[in-house]
Amino acid sequence: MSQSTHQSPNQLTPADVRHVAELAKLRLTQDEIDQFAGQLSEILDYAARLQEVDTSSVPPTPYVLPLHNVMRDDAAEPGLANSAALANAPDTEDGFFRVRAVFEE
Amino acid sequence: MPTVTSTTPAHALHQLSIHAARAGLRQGTWTSVELTQACLDRIDQIDGDVRAYLFVNAEAALAQAAAADARRQAGEDAPLLGVPLAIKDVLVTEGVPTTCGSRLLKGFVPPYTATAVQRLEAAGMVLLGKTNTDEFAMGSSTENSGYWTTHNPWALDRVPGGSSGGSAAAVAGHMALGALGTDTGGSVRQPAALCGVVGLKPSYGRISRYGLVAYGSSLDQVGPLTKDVYDAALLLGVMAGMDERDSTTLPQTPPDYTAALTGDVRGLRVGVPAEFFVDGMQPAVADAVRAAIEKLAQLGAEIVPIHLPNTDKALPVYYIVAPAEASANLARYDGVRFGVRAGQGGNRGEIDNMFETIRRTRGEGFGAEVKRRIMLGAYTLSAGYYDAYYLKAQQVRTLIKRDFEEAFAQVDVIAAPVTPTTAFPIGAKTDDPLEMYLSDIFTLSVNLAGVCGISVPCGFDEQDLPIGLQLIGPHLGEETILRAAHAYEQSTDWHSRQPAR
Repeated sequence: MSQSTHQSPNQLTPADVRHVAELAKLRLTQDEIDQFAGQLSEILDYAARLQEVDTSSVPPTPYVLPLHNVMRDDAAEPGLANSAALANAPDTEDGFFRVRAVFEE
Repeated sequence: MPTVTSTTPAHALHQLSIHAARAGLRQGTWTSVELTQACLDRIDQIDGDVRAYLFVNAEAALAQAAAADARRQAGEDAPLLGVPLAIKDVLVTEGVPTTCGSRLLKGFVPPYTATAVQRLEAAGMVLLGKTNTDEFAMGSSTENSGYWTTHNPWALDRVPGGSSGGSAAAVAGHMALGALGTDTGGSVRQPAALCGVVGLKPSYGRISRYGLVAYGSSLDQVGPLTKDVYDAALLLGVMAGMDERDSTTLPQTPPDYTAALTGDVRGLRVGVPAEFFVDGMQPAVADAVRAAIEKLAQLGAEIVPIHLPNTDKALPVYYIVAPAEASANLARYDGVRFGVRAGQGGNRGEIDNMFETIRRTRGEGFGAEVKRRIMLGAYTLSAGYYDAYYLKAQQVRTLIKRDFEEAFAQVDVIAAPVTPTTAFPIGAKTDDPLEMYLSDIFTLSVNLAGVCGISVPCGFDEQDLPIGLQLIGPHLGEETILRAAHAYEQSTDWHSRQPAR
């Protein structure tokens, strides 16, 4: 199998990794940032072989079925009880999920 | 090996197939309590070494078995009444802990049951327990489990495959009569091949995913892992069909899949894709698969050389599409509604706001592979990269799908290997993600195209490790691949071989 012949490898810097980690709301250690910079670059470099494929008139396939907008009767059914919905929550108060302050102080 | 009860001349009870166990239940030869106890004894005996189960539902399983026996005493019957099965831990089960192999979900007890599991329960199943998986089904070996690695019953220093490795090992080790797995890129078929059992990935849309914790939503399917093809057909028939709670389920009424098992493949056109026999694959695997194809020819099938020219693009397409979907699906793990929240229990350290709590919860709760895929997906979906990676991958996905459509205009089934090698040693690929991904090169394209595939045992390598034959069918072609797999299985004795202990 031939290696891809694209021009510039898809190198992620540690700064790129930190940016994506913030998009994904993931706190990473410095070791993870360094490791992911190398590993993600390698995977993306491998994926770059797709650029060799001519897809100029090819539609995308996000989903393989011809089903669209499947409907059922709009009838109310019993849902989860409040206590069941909250049962796995780390913190609750008065029947609600409780989170820490959105803004500091 | 301890014998379990007296009335089992050929097999101890835990060694039975589902349909053999059911026949004995119907004849009154044994009870569900005896079958269930035999599986639990087997778990006690070997699961300390194999580690297939994350949770053994012992007490509840025996109660369900006793209830099944009482129903049978009262004259009732059902397709799986009193049959003990195991469920991969990515399918939610009301009141029974479900972790997806993730530390982040330690202690999670679902408030409802997945439709696929609910249908097995409605058919009378006894739930033995929840089986190990790579975290959120992301992996090919169970080494990405947040809890422990499952060992292959055929050789304890080898992986069982993954991500449904716990289910495959449970069935191969006779710790369950059958099990459910899930298959996003090969996660039923690959562990089935590496553990020497049958694994079926149904067509996209055939089985409801309601209650299956989502990984790659355009790819995920539930599938059975069983001791023989008949059992796979039986479980598929119980689970298949439309579900109001999953809008991707197909409206077509499922047939009786066991009726398709005629043993007759005369005239069946079997395509053999050149692209699935590649340099670098283990010679014993290629030889066993070619011998299996020759056996199908001897049974009257017509062998047709075909091409699936975009096969080598499946891996890069998959590792763009699946992580992109995963990065969206796993956004829900924020430590608000469920899961282990960082800094809870007094040790908040510097955490004093919601976003930092979410970052820490995810950073501390997810394992390396899950973080890697979330990062990869978030990157390829991010501004400036979407067209180059995600859109491009979806376009090439169209070409992969067309390859199958063109092939199935010529042939009824496609025969190929499941994996390039037999079970690899634990630890051999953990430091190199791309090398691990390559163990799925023969299974990924089936998910990308939405078609169906089955792995059936077809031999052993020089170290007595199992090899699987993959039979791929068109969308909703389950009856054809089950018929071909069954005819092949019945002409060999691979499926009746057992691990040494």
